[in-house]
Amino acid sequence: MSAGAERNEIHLLERELELELEAAQPRVPRLKWRRPFALLVVVTLIVVLWEGVKLLGGTPWHPVGAGPGSPVVWNPPFRWPFATDLNLPHVWNIAYAMGQPFQRGAEQTLLGYLVGAALYTWREAFLGFVLGSLLGLGLATAFVHSRLAERAFVPYVIASQTIPIIALAPLIVFALGQGVLAVVVIATYLTFFPVTIAMLRGLRSFDPRALELLRSYGASRWGVYTKLRLPASVPYLFTALKIAATAAIVGAIIGEDTGAIQAGLGRVITTFNQYYATGPEKLWAAIFVAALLGVVFFLLVRVAEILALRGRPGIDA
Amino acid sequence: MTGPAPTPVVQIRGVDKVFAGRDRGQTVALQGIDLDIAPGEFVSLIGPSGCGKSTLLRVIGDLVQPSRGTVEVNGKPATQARRDRDYGMVFQSPVLFDWRSVEDNVKLPLEILGRDKAWRSRRAAEMLELVELGDFTRHMPYQLSGGMQQRVAIARALSFEPRILLMDEPFGALDEMTRERMNDEVLRIWQQTGTTVVFVTHSIPEAVYLSSRVVVMSARPGRITKIVDIDLPRPRSDASRETPRYFERITEVREALRAGGSDVDDAGIPSAARTMAEGAVG
Amino acid sequence: MSAAQGIAPAGPSPAAGPRARRGYPVRRALREYVPSIVVIVGGLVLWELAIRLLRLNAFILPAPSAIWGALAENWNGERFPLFESAKNTIVEAAGGFVIGTTAGVVVAFLAGRWSGMRALLLPLAVAANAIPIIAFAPLFNTWFGLLNPLSKMMMAAVLSFFPVMANVTRGLSGVDPAALELMRSYAASDGEILRKVRIPNALPYFFTALKLASTLSLIGAIVAEYFGGQGSVLGRMIVQSASALKFDITWAAVSLAAVAGIAFYLLIAFVERVAIPWHASSRNDG
Repeated sequence: MSAGAERNEIHLLERELELELEAAQPRVPRLKWRRPFALLVVVTLIVVLWEGVKLLGGTPWHPVGAGPGSPVVWNPPFRWPFATDLNLPHVWNIAYAMGQPFQRGAEQTLLGYLVGAALYTWREAFLGFVLGSLLGLGLATAFVHSRLAERAFVPYVIASQTIPIIALAPLIVFALGQGVLAVVVIATYLTFFPVTIAMLRGLRSFDPRALELLRSYGASRWGVYTKLRLPASVPYLFTALKIAATAAIVGAIIGEDTGAIQAGLGRVITTFNQYYATGPEKLWAAIFVAALLGVVFFLLVRVAEILALRGRPGIDA
Repeated sequence: MTGPAPTPVVQIRGVDKVFAGRDRGQTVALQGIDLDIAPGEFVSLIGPSGCGKSTLLRVIGDLVQPSRGTVEVNGKPATQARRDRDYGMVFQSPVLFDWRSVEDNVKLPLEILGRDKAWRSRRAAEMLELVELGDFTRHMPYQLSGGMQQRVAIARALSFEPRILLMDEPFGALDEMTRERMNDEVLRIWQQTGTTVVFVTHSIPEAVYLSSRVVVMSARPGRITKIVDIDLPRPRSDASRETPRYFERITEVREALRAGGSDVDDAGIPSAARTMAEGAVG
Repeated sequence: MSAAQGIAPAGPSPAAGPRARRGYPVRRALREYVPSIVVIVGGLVLWELAIRLLRLNAFILPAPSAIWGALAENWNGERFPLFESAKNTIVEAAGGFVIGTTAGVVVAFLAGRWSGMRALLLPLAVAANAIPIIAFAPLFNTWFGLLNPLSKMMMAAVLSFFPVMANVTRGLSGVDPAALELMRSYAASDGEILRKVRIPNALPYFFTALKLASTLSLIGAIVAEYFGGQGSVLGRMIVQSASALKFDITWAAVSLAAVAGIAFYLLIAFVERVAIPWHASSRNDG
């Protein structure tokens, strides 16, 4: 209750100072430090919980990187099936595995191998991301200029959001051959939907009075598009791009998996999955790198968003 | 009616309010506020943005705790008065709940007060009659205009017969014509119910037209600089807006605002000029 | 300000949808829906004609009639039992949807109760959005059993969980501060504020999340199936028929997945319209 009252007071203060604040400084969007900090806390909590479970009900602990024959360091009081070294490897063993060769006799470490695979996947995803964004922008532009086109096609664009699009992935792979092209097409496909939908709204999100102003100047459609519609849509575009960044990577991973592309993360995950019994840490490491790839791509888009929207009020995702 | 009566409804003594801002240090929203409000009075709080008039209203309503000083309402601390449901609040936005019909919005406080069903229905119907929305009971809020929504909010505030009506710029978002109509409506309701009203506004003509007293405040720190008695006869009507005494009081309030601080709220003055011009023409 | 507002409604507002146009209801409905109906019917006819008349290679993209034939033929087929597969996949998706949604709502209510928890959860939800959660599918297979439908259900549940949790949390906490002041002025209890303000306020957010979760749960189930498991599920049908080069069956399976997705979505949209008729999404659509 007191926290609520406090928030209330802050709200009031903001109301009182509203005019002043607006005049003094436009709110500059910036990465708040609190959110990454909270995430760090969450990740730490997860690791603590993870190892806490292993402490209570895991398999007997061995020194880092040592096999079952080595001395037992800690013998947990319980034996929970989900906490065995097979189902839930130690965090430090996953880290240790990252520094080891990715397969017997290989020179490259697992981490280097995974980062290479991640970059490969990212290249495919990024290509699809760019193509999909352009396609989405083009479609949305056509739809906002032609009501007939909008009525004819938009219902299907929206309906297709309710369809598990990923179900088409194997088809696309077989249609286009097992190659990078198929993966790029899947990533493109997953990107263009959110961009189209968001830009349909974004290209109409301008102030109608601004349109009247431009019309009073005798601006052409193209002038209205470049000077009003497009700038007004940028916040919507980035909202969609942040969704699309992850979707493109999901598409690339699924495409690689079904398309049997050896170099990317998708195939690496499948392969390590097959050899899970002998090296569970490797699959965990691969999934960790996939998650990291998603976060890094997302953050890249976020940084671009901050740069693009600098000086605009109230942008705070 | 004019001037504080011996037993005030609201008694404010030495109230300060300091907000701890997030990155600009402290803000003194209110400093050394003393104010008595008599039963049945209509008191307006007027002043530039940031003068703390909304904060003062919320201090009276126990929605904001004063940093120093005391607020007594009906002879008890403000918190107790809030628990006793002595307050009806009306905000600048109507704050109607989208998911409730007009009637159910009016019933909201009655539900919280635990009144029985028959009473709630009867009371809601009465209140909606009072604000002349008897034909709109089953409508949803989005189907009403801004002025009608604000009338629902007033009906809701009055439904449980609160001792004091606290209104925070209730007509600030309405156009001038609707605002004047709403002013007459509020006066009519005030005269019918006899409730004490504390009314925050930006508009000098509105404050003068409605009030028994106008409390003029200044900003940084928020203080009361002058209290202007409005000795216009009741009942007031459009004719009151054309009397010399009306213009004298407007001038008095405006000069008090000018004297109170360097940056008088400009929003109030042009609208005052506009109203006066319209009044002169009409 | 008021002058500018006076002008705005006079001009045609380009932001207003087609609904703003006047006309008789029937004629308006025709203008609204005919183009999209023409596209789907015309598209299917062209597709069919192109393959029949031009004798195109129908290998990858079989004619609609061929897909329909494959669907009928394999409805209870031995190698590709499509009905059985669709049923199993829908059960997995629906189970995951229920588990994920329930968990999401519970966590959101807990987060609404403790703001510290909210501060930790929302960044996690943002991060979860950025992570290709689908990459975890092999782990779920290991944990819950490759052949156990629960492993697919849990994938669907995790994908459903995050949007529900994040949206409901926003709906419960993103209440108009003035509404809270109003309730405080009535000296309403926390429970009354929850029941009369926060929960009704969260309902539209909840339904938005349910619509997302309906699609995500189906995606989760199908992708988890790609990574192995019991045979009679749509994901396996799609992969196996494609690698056996029986693309008519693949398309039939994909169509079933699409129909399931649309039906799931429409069901929720219908419940939404009944449950929150006051909300804009219920008022304006269609």
